[in-house]
Amino acid sequence: MANFIFLPILALINLLFLLTTVHSNSFETKATQFFNSGHTNNWAVLVCTSRFWFNYRHVANVLSVYRSVKRLGIPDSHIVLMLADDMACNHRNPKPATVFSHKNMELNVYGDDVEVDYRGYEVTVENFLRVLTGRLPPSTPRSKRLLSDDRSNILIYLTGHGGNGFLKFQDSEEISNVELADAFEQMWQKRRYNELLFIIDTCQGASMYERFYSPNIMALASSQVGEDSLSHQPDLAIGVHLMDRYTFYLLEFLEDIHPASQANMNDLFKVCPKSQCVSTPGHRTDLFLRDPRSVLITDFFGSVRKVEITREAVNLTSAAEQPVEATSIRKEPKSEPLSYVDQLPVAEIIHQKPKQKDWHPPDGFILGLWTLILLVFFKTYGIKHLKHIF
Amino acid sequence: WGISRLPALWLKLKRLSLVGRLRRGTEGKWPRLPDSCEEELLIRPLHSGDIYASFQFRTLWDTDFLHQGKKVSHYRLFPKSLGQVLSKFSVRELHISFTQGYWRTMQWGQPIVPSPPGAELWVWFHNTVADVDGNWKELTNVLSGIFCASLNFIDSTNTVQPSASFKPLGLGNATDHRFLRYATLPREIVCTENLTPWKKLLPCGSKAGLAVLMKSEKLFHSSFHSQAVHIRPVCKDWQCSSTAWELRQTLNVVFDLYTSGQGKKEWSLFKMFSRTLTEACPLASSSKVYVDVTDNPELFDLSPATSVLNTAVVLGDRRTYSVYDLTQKETFGQLRSLNLVLRWKGESDMLRPLLHAERYVAGFGLQTGEIHTLIYNNHPYRAFPVLLLDSVPWYLRLYIHTLTVTSKTRENKPSYIHYQPSKDRLRPHLLEMLVQLPPHSVTEVTVQFERALLKWTEYTPDPNHGFYVGSSVISALVPSVVAMDTNNTQERPLFSSFFPTKEESSYFVRVYTEPLLVNLPTPDFSMPYNVICLTCTVVAVGYGSFYNLLTRTFQVEEPSQPLAKRLANVIRRIRGVPLL
Repeated sequence: MANFIFLPILALINLLFLLTTVHSNSFETKATQFFNSGHTNNWAVLVCTSRFWFNYRHVANVLSVYRSVKRLGIPDSHIVLMLADDMACNHRNPKPATVFSHKNMELNVYGDDVEVDYRGYEVTVENFLRVLTGRLPPSTPRSKRLLSDDRSNILIYLTGHGGNGFLKFQDSEEISNVELADAFEQMWQKRRYNELLFIIDTCQGASMYERFYSPNIMALASSQVGEDSLSHQPDLAIGVHLMDRYTFYLLEFLEDIHPASQANMNDLFKVCPKSQCVSTPGHRTDLFLRDPRSVLITDFFGSVRKVEITREAVNLTSAAEQPVEATSIRKEPKSEPLSYVDQLPVAEIIHQKPKQKDWHPPDGFILGLWTLILLVFFKTYGIKHLKHIF
Repeated sequence: WGISRLPALWLKLKRLSLVGRLRRGTEGKWPRLPDSCEEELLIRPLHSGDIYASFQFRTLWDTDFLHQGKKVSHYRLFPKSLGQVLSKFSVRELHISFTQGYWRTMQWGQPIVPSPPGAELWVWFHNTVADVDGNWKELTNVLSGIFCASLNFIDSTNTVQPSASFKPLGLGNATDHRFLRYATLPREIVCTENLTPWKKLLPCGSKAGLAVLMKSEKLFHSSFHSQAVHIRPVCKDWQCSSTAWELRQTLNVVFDLYTSGQGKKEWSLFKMFSRTLTEACPLASSSKVYVDVTDNPELFDLSPATSVLNTAVVLGDRRTYSVYDLTQKETFGQLRSLNLVLRWKGESDMLRPLLHAERYVAGFGLQTGEIHTLIYNNHPYRAFPVLLLDSVPWYLRLYIHTLTVTSKTRENKPSYIHYQPSKDRLRPHLLEMLVQLPPHSVTEVTVQFERALLKWTEYTPDPNHGFYVGSSVISALVPSVVAMDTNNTQERPLFSSFFPTKEESSYFVRVYTEPLLVNLPTPDFSMPYNVICLTCTVVAVGYGSFYNLLTRTFQVEEPSQPLAKRLANVIRRIRGVPLL
């Protein structure tokens, strides 16, 4: 009789112990996760390499990733956006200042707040490699530089037309997978990244990450070697295909991610299986030191900061009164009233002598000089030498 | 950044305006702050049924950027990015504009702020600068980062130094043209990515005041869109003994009757911008909307009506404006929003502008051509001089000996010509002429050119599109019908005080022609690839066969026998009988 009462009590006590240990384990896992990812800032380099109106979908691809990355917290100052052609304000666009990703014009990925750093003819292989390696001319503005350090996680997204081992830039040049691998190695040696996520959406995209050899790079591609990446759906009003399949489903996946999301890279690898994409997306994680299961999506796509919420109030001192410079106190020297310049001073212009930077000898000087030389010569040596000249 | 900081910034704005009001209440006297800003919107219905909206935002700041000793560090209304640019490069005046579309002078009249298609940048440097070209190069790079435009393509091949045009628009008397640089990029595209940083330079951003109307989906769906930044020193007060810095941000847009107006001659703020006005910018000292009602009531009627009228002489014409003051609460009415509606009532005839110009390329083939510039003087009896500035890229080799200027089929000799020939790959042609236009006439300027063949790496990725030649600039003092107001220091609406007026009988105007699109002889870029394929094929077939013939021997091989014979042979071998 007593056993019947004793056993459930024992079971209950055991259960309580188990619960407390499980609870403390979850705290531990949270604590370890807090210190897991070693990055302190996030950067994104998003490149569209195709020109011309029928490559609308490549610009839409990049802009949809730009939109997701901005929504999850990476600011414009940390995004280098390169668009090889302008689709939004293109004269063939029936709705100017918009770039749509879904047909029937459901989602405008261009938006109202977009900053493109490299546009048009500036998107070249040289500029792309210079941005990655940081070897830019000294007068390049900050918004065009990738100012990452050894604790930055960088997301690199490339889209365009590609082939086995190369990616075409603007219909006139190409970047090969060897060049790209070397650029990443330069970045590693200069400590320009902590971890790098490389996504490419082109035909035969997997060939671009075959040659990587630097540590801490994870790569995804939309198709294997020998396969083409296909486009998703055309819009009949705009007249071109709006997005590529892989990025379309990637956008759908990213729309569900919010800054506190715990989705990890394994979910990203499952985006767009062969049934939806027709091509087989591939990925490469052998160079990555951490387990992809423990890498959060927001480690690369978002800019998640570790914040500590404090409940105590802080007293702000009132703003110091700016010493307003009263103009009456300042004793200004009495100067003549200034005036505006005459915009078209006709008389002055007509009498203006053209300013010559180089000094030229007066007219006829060379001719006179030669005449003098000839005269002196014939005076000294006699006129009979004239027949040798003529 | 933007999303999380929005509420904080909004609170800060509200607090500033609150503090301002409190201070006014307690002290009674408004302490004079060194900077102030004003905003205004001018709406002018055009005779073709289109509507022209011109925004101007002005910030005046009494400070000294060019002072060597003390660096300016506290910025309030003036944007810090531009202030740092001015002090670092010792800039005296900066004018930059981005335009999409071409201003049709014949249909729309003269613009308030003229601008050529593409990007245009002209800068006056201070006369203490030692290396103007170095400063210019760095300035263009910095501005390309600020405005998200490809201004870094401005280099010596498209920069010119005009000798008589583009006199400074601000105060000062030194006009040594060695400190002036002018460049245009006619190919530059303008889109939301240029509007976004432009809006961020405004004191109130795009959150309050007139800037809430600037929605890119509506602004770029127009016939003409131009945004500009003009920085110059102006008179600080009416005595004009010292200078203050003025930053003007202007945005001009012309909405088309058929694409934006759906064919109906009825315009409203909501139809144009898909927004209405709800309040003025709290940081602005004046915020006004002017509607040009000179043709009211015969042509259109305006609602909500207002009794405040203002007249101003603009571009040689006295025009009447209805003024809506957004700093007054009554302007917004019961609904707390202002939506101006203009309804057309009848037709009208087109006005003829006194000065306009056209330009086109004549000729055929890809070797030579001719540039024709036509300048029309529509004044019935007055002649006036115009200054024509042409900057042609080096790959169009101009033959200046073929330059002719004819008016009314007679030769018209210019009173001033400044020509600087081009140097291949170094600098463009610069041609400046002062031409007297006879009354009611067409003046034609023609010059022949030859097209150069570029090196194959110099072609753009889409060379079959063509190459652009920047617009010609025509600066003129056009005789005015009405006496112009020469008092530059009194309170005037911003749109009438853009160009300073010195005399009463004429006003200064700048007209831009169309840019030209010229095809250069383009090589076939697939040729190297085709040649390599063909040559390799020929070599492979020819040499390969030859090599095979020389190095391989031929051996006769017995064909394999059928199965029955093979079995029979096996049996015969066993039997010891000769094989088949």
